[in-house]
Amino acid sequence: MKDIQEQLRAEARRAASPDVEALTREAAARGLVDVVYGVIESPLGPLVAAKSRRGLIRLAYATDGTDGALEEMARRVSPRILESPSRVDDARRQLDEYFNGRRRDFELDLDWSILQGFTRTVLEATAAIPYGHVATYREVASDAGSPRAVRAAGNALGSNPIPIIVPCHRVLRTGGALGGYTGGLERKEFLLRLEGTLPSL
Amino acid sequence: MKLPPFSLLLEEHGAGVYGFLVALCGPADAEDCWQETWLAALGAYPKLTRADNLRAWLLTIARNKARDAHRARARRPIPAASLPDAPAPPPPESDPSLWSLVASLPAKQRSALALRFASDLAYKDIAAVMECSEPAARQSVRQGLRKLREVL
Repeated sequence: MKDIQEQLRAEARRAASPDVEALTREAAARGLVDVVYGVIESPLGPLVAAKSRRGLIRLAYATDGTDGALEEMARRVSPRILESPSRVDDARRQLDEYFNGRRRDFELDLDWSILQGFTRTVLEATAAIPYGHVATYREVASDAGSPRAVRAAGNALGSNPIPIIVPCHRVLRTGGALGGYTGGLERKEFLLRLEGTLPSL
Repeated sequence: MKLPPFSLLLEEHGAGVYGFLVALCGPADAEDCWQETWLAALGAYPKLTRADNLRAWLLTIARNKARDAHRARARRPIPAASLPDAPAPPPPESDPSLWSLVASLPAKQRSALALRFASDLAYKDIAAVMECSEPAARQSVRQGLRKLREVL
């Protein structure tokens, strides 16, 4: 009896693996997927890019793996998430160009739907800061319609779901100090240096 | 309801469900059943009210899909040459594996053996997937093994 059990186990292990790509295509075609994601390699480490039907909804630093970003998406958007590297090819290509100094503006559809109120207004104002320029927290708060809400503007920037592309790294303290950054200050410095705007203190 | 990202489910259970289906309905039907299983799971996922045993939930769907495929196969017309008084439908492929012998067992024993030896489930979970008691699950596995031994 034992030998039969072992043989069944061994034969089952030999089964080839199923076609996950085909499943993802079919699921998307039937409208069963709410978020697709892919990992994008960058000089700042791997990034998780996630897209809803409307556009890019999240770009997350994924130094510690993808689980955190995906769980957050499951909670905030929908748990119907599948991996599809090819569906974030446009973001991958544009980010490559950006990091190689060949792109200054991103042409990607963004999904702002998980953002509300002041946070959204602040991040929309931030999205309008051009490459090669910087603004202060106070200016961004002011652009968002509340010049005195400097701290709240800082919090909004800290929760930016689409860093790099919504360039919260271009927002500095009055006087040129770097302030904070979701991905850590070394990354903020890297991005500012890339864009030629790292303030010399 | 806090549900894990579906991609995580696929990563964790994709191969297990596939192994189960290969064991249950042979390599020819397994791929289609696997796709149908996961598409059905995706459709139902957001409305799920319990997430404590997602593997059993997935395998239950897989078992139903395999049953559908089995019925569809049985309904398919048999080529005229193999009539008259054709015996029970032959196993999907003429592969000499032990699992192809499992295919000729009654449905309950087939499922129980696949869940036990292809998916490595505990009897408690086999019972959950097969919607029977734990002793009944044990018995189906035991009977299945005994039958296999007889044919060998």
